[in-house]
This record gives sequence, structure tokens and C-alpha cells, in this order.
Amino acid sequence: MQASAAAPRELSGGGIIAALKAGGIEYVLALPDIVTSAGLLAPIARDGAFRLIRVCKEDECIGIACGLSYADRRALTLIQYTGFLDSINAIRGVAVEYKQPICMMIGLLGHDPQKAPRASPRYGVRIIEPILDDMGIAHHLISVDADIAKIQPAIERAYRESQPVALLVGRRPKAS
Amino acid sequence: MMKRDECFRLLARHLGDEAVVATYSSAVDWVEVAPRALNYLSIGAMGLDSSHGLGLALGRPDRRVIVLQGDGSLLMNLGSLVTIAAAAPKNLLHFVAQNDTYEANGRQPIPNPKLDFASMARAAGYAAVYDFSDLRIFEQQVGHVLEQVGPVFATLHVAPTKELKYDYPSLYDPQKRKAFKAQWQPR
Repeated sequence: MQASAAAPRELSGGGIIAALKAGGIEYVLALPDIVTSAGLLAPIARDGAFRLIRVCKEDECIGIACGLSYADRRALTLIQYTGFLDSINAIRGVAVEYKQPICMMIGLLGHDPQKAPRASPRYGVRIIEPILDDMGIAHHLISVDADIAKIQPAIERAYRESQPVALLVGRRPKAS
Repeated sequence: MMKRDECFRLLARHLGDEAVVATYSSAVDWVEVAPRALNYLSIGAMGLDSSHGLGLALGRPDRRVIVLQGDGSLLMNLGSLVTIAAAAPKNLLHFVAQNDTYEANGRQPIPNPKLDFASMARAAGYAAVYDFSDLRIFEQQVGHVLEQVGPVFATLHVAPTKELKYDYPSLYDPQKRKAFKAQWQPR
């Protein structure tokens, strides 16, 4: 058996949280998503290093993150892909047209991590990357532990260049 | 019935280094009354003004933030009342100019012109809630309102105004965002 085939295909919530801290994230703006609820949102809620703002609708996050950025405060918008789709106009106006550093972590509900999101049998998942491409928003798939290394540089770039970024969570992170 | 620009003139008498978030018709009236670098006019999508205001208030708890929102905008983001109340920024003052009209979008009526936004804010959990429909009383109390610990909410019942000129390229000028940031960033 090849080593790569035997390697565990897991995603550490703790590893993601460490990367968010390394990226200077202070505020997490969230509406619960079943993909990230147990492995990310729950431990973030218990972590005194973050200020968690629970919102009623995902597009609120875009305005809140923008307002925070004017005081050089970094925020992560933690939502499900359905909430991303619901927030497209806010992301269009604030993140893209006004070139604001909006960092989104988006759970791909129903995604099969063995497949690329574009090949997902689920329509809602399949259209996410093409929409991001059309909007000119940088995006990264976070599906296995090795992908966690993409997070901090993506956040740093978003704030350095004042532009949005989407981090697509392709499987349920483990809480530990 | 009060006029929005008259209310804003009274409010402007009390301003110092606050950020003022104003959009659409409120922004047109506000920039005429109080043109200043600390006006935050670019919200990107209707309804987000209250959310931008929350972000500004959280980012600079040492400075006050005043949101001048229209009733149509708040209706697009009613959940923000709950989010703001839960986040409880002591430095956020949230005014809603209620004229029962989508004024910037053809002066069409909002779905229900009998809404009681102050009661909604109270139920959501704002620390202090006011409702003004008399300019003389607003003049007497506006200073007191601005001194309250937030989040504070106040409805201003206003009549639709004269036809406004919406100069969006000027309101949304990127240079205005830069000027705002230069004065809002912590030093």
C-alpha cells in the first residue's frame, strides 16, 4: 500500500483555529453551519482569544467585518455555503467593488471530500467556485490537514491587499 | 411631523469626533448638514448600514458611532437589531428616520407603514429606546439621548422631503473612504 493512500484524510479544528490566531483574527462573525459547528464554532465560542458575534443573517457579517477593518481589527466570517449565496449582493458591493478585506470561511454542506467541489453531485456546492471565480474572489479548499497551511497566508494577503478571500471547508473538522 | 434635515441639524450641534454612518436619502441630507471626513457613506448594499455601524463600534470602543438609517434599510436587516443588542456596544447610537417610504427607490411605500421600530428595538434588547415625532421635544432631548450608554435606538418620525438629488459617485467616492480611515484608525 502506498503511503499517500494510507494517510489519514482528516481535518483538525484545532489546527484551523491555530491558523486563524496566527493570521491575527480577533473577531469571528458566525451563523451556525453543520459542517463547522462542532469542530470550529463550538471551540471558538469557548476560546477567550476570540470575540464571537452571532448574527441573524449572514450578510450582516460583511458589514460588521468591513466596519472592524477600518480600525485594523481582523474578522472571520464563518458561514455555510447557503449563507454565502444569500449574501452575494453584500459581498459584491462591500468586498469586491469597495475592495474590502472580507475573510470568509464557508462550509460546503453535503460535499463529498473525495471529489472536487466543482464535481459535487450537489448543485449548491458545484456552483460555489465558479461564482467566486466570476466575482474575482480568491478561494482555497480546506479539506485535509495539509490545507491548513493555506489559511494564514490567505488572511495576511486579504488584509495586506484589501481584498476578499474565501476558505472553503470541504469536510467536518474534528474538534480536537 | 418632523423633517429629517431639521432633525439632523439639531443632531449635528452635538457632534464631536463620532463616526456617522448615513446612507441613501439620509446620507444626502446629512452631508448637506454636516460634511466631514468622519462620515461613513459607503455601505455597499442596502440594509447593511446598521451592521457597518456595529463593526465600527466594536473596532473603536473608545469612540462613539451614530447610525442614521432609513426605515426601508432597517427592514432589509431587521435581524441586526438582535445582533446589535446581543453584542451590546456601549458606544453605538442607532437612529432610524421613519417616513414609511422607500424614498430613494421611487417613493414607494414600505410594506406596512404602521410599524413600531422602537418597540422592536426594545424587544431586541437595546439599552435605551426613544421615539420622537415632535421637533421641539427632540431638540430638548437629543443631547440627553447622545449621553446614554448604548446601544441606543431612536425612531425619528419624519415626513417625506423634497425631491432629493442622489449624487452616488460623490457619496461613494473611494477618497472619502480613505479620508474616513485616516481619521478612524487607532494611532
